[in-house]
Amino acid sequence: MTALAALIRRDVRIALRVGGGALIGVLFFLTVVVLMPFAVGPDLALLSRLGPAILWLGALLASLLTLDRLFMADHEDGSLDLITMSRTPLELACAAKALAHWLAAGLPLIVATPVLGLLLNLDMVATGAVALTLLAGTPALTFTGMIGAALAVTLHRGGLLMAVLVLPLSIPVLIFGVAASQAVIVGPMTFGAPFSILCALSLVSLVIGPFAAAASLRHGLD
Amino acid sequence: MTLIDLANPTRFLALTARVLPWLAAATVLLLAIGLYQAALAPDDYQQGATVKIMFIHVPNAWLSMFVWGVMSIASLGTLVWRHPLADVAAKAAAPIGAAFTFLALLTGSLWGRPMWGTYWEWDARLTSVLILFLMYLGLMALWRAVDDPSRAARAAAVLTLVGALNLPIIKFSVDWWNTLHQPASVMRMGGSALDKSFLIPLLVMAIAFTLLFVTLHLAAMRNEILRRRVRSLQMMQASRVAFSSEIGPGARGQNASNEVGAA
Repeated sequence: MTALAALIRRDVRIALRVGGGALIGVLFFLTVVVLMPFAVGPDLALLSRLGPAILWLGALLASLLTLDRLFMADHEDGSLDLITMSRTPLELACAAKALAHWLAAGLPLIVATPVLGLLLNLDMVATGAVALTLLAGTPALTFTGMIGAALAVTLHRGGLLMAVLVLPLSIPVLIFGVAASQAVIVGPMTFGAPFSILCALSLVSLVIGPFAAAASLRHGLD
Repeated sequence: MTLIDLANPTRFLALTARVLPWLAAATVLLLAIGLYQAALAPDDYQQGATVKIMFIHVPNAWLSMFVWGVMSIASLGTLVWRHPLADVAAKAAAPIGAAFTFLALLTGSLWGRPMWGTYWEWDARLTSVLILFLMYLGLMALWRAVDDPSRAARAAAVLTLVGALNLPIIKFSVDWWNTLHQPASVMRMGGSALDKSFLIPLLVMAIAFTLLFVTLHLAAMRNEILRRRVRSLQMMQASRVAFSSEIGPGARGQNASNEVGAA
C-alpha cells in the first residue's frame, strides 16, 4: 500500500514540476474552446447550445494529448522496468499510475470548466452539470486511454497511432457525458439515466484498464 | 487432428491446400442456392422488393461480429496458449472483418434510405457498428505500424480482447435503447418472427457467407504464412549480404597492412 502511495505521490510531483507537462493539457483545453467561437461564429445562443459538446470534446482531446506521457517518460529512464519487476502487482501499479495521471492532468480540466463555461455563455446549472459529468467521465477516459498508452510504449510508437486506437474506445463516454449534460440544459431526458451509465462506464474501465495495460506491458516489454 | 497438430505451419499448409477447393466449391454452391431462393422470395407487404436487401445485409452484419469473435479467440490463443498460428489467424481475419462490416453498413444505409427516409441515423446499433468498423481499421493500422510480427501480435491481441466488449453492446443495443433499428427477429425466445419464405433463404445465405469467410480466412492465413517465410528468407539473405560486405573491407584492410609491412 505504501509503495502504491509513494508511486502516486511521485507521479503527481513529476507531472506538476517543470517538464512534467500535465498543465499543458489545461492550456490545450482552453485553446480548443477558444477556437470554437471562431469556427461557429460568436452567436451566444448557439454557443450555449453547443457548450457541453464543445467542453466535452475539448476535455477528451486534452486528456488524449497528455496520455502518451503516462508510460513513455518512465520507459525512457528505465523506471518502468523497475515497476514491472517490483513485488507490487503490475495491475495495481498501472492503476496507481493512471490515478496519479488523472489527479495531475484530469482534475485541472474539471477545475477549469467553470471559467470556460463563462466563455461559452453557459449558466450556473449547465456549467455545474458539465463539471459533474466530466468528474464522473474523465476517469474512464484516463483508464481506457492507459491501454493505448501501454500499447504505444511497447511498440515504440506514440502519437497518431495511439489516438486511432483510443478514440473509438472513448466514444461511449462522450455520448453519455454529453447526453447527461444536455439533459440538464434542454431536457427532455432525465439526468439520472445517462449519468448512471457514465458512472458505470468509469467503473468498468477502472477494472478493465489496469488489467489490459498490465498485460500489454508484460507481454510487450523486453 | 487437434489444434496442437496444426501448430506446424507446413502441416497447416498441406491440410488447407486439400480442404480449400472443397470449401470454395461449397461456398459457391450455397451462395448460388441462397441468391436464387432470395430472388424467388415474395415481396414484403409493406417494404416491397427492398426487403431483399435483408438477404445480403443480415449475413454481413452477423459476420462483422462473428469475425471479431474469431479474432478474440485467436488473441486468447496468442496470449494464453502461445499457439504459433493464432496471430496469423488474427491478422488475416482483420481486413476480412472490416470488409464485412463495411458492407453491412453500406447495405444497411441503402436499405434505410427507402424505409426510414435517411441514409444514416445516429441510432444505437448503427453507431456501435460504426465504432466496430473504426476499431477494425485501428487494429489494421496497429498491424501495419510495427515491423516485428510477434511484437505486433501481442499488442493487437490485447486490443482485440478490449474491443470484444463492444460485441455485447452491439448485440443488445436494440433491446436496451429503443431506437430506429428493429430488435432481433431471427433468433429470439418463442421462435422466429420471420415467415418461412424469408427465413429459409436467409439461413442459407448466412451459412453461405460464413463458409465464404472460412474460405477467405484460410486462404489469407496461407498467404500470411507464405509472406512471413518470404520475409524471413529476405532477412537471411540481407544478413548474408551484410556479413559478406563486412568481410570485404576487412580483407582489404588486411591486404593494405600487408602492403605496408612489405614496404
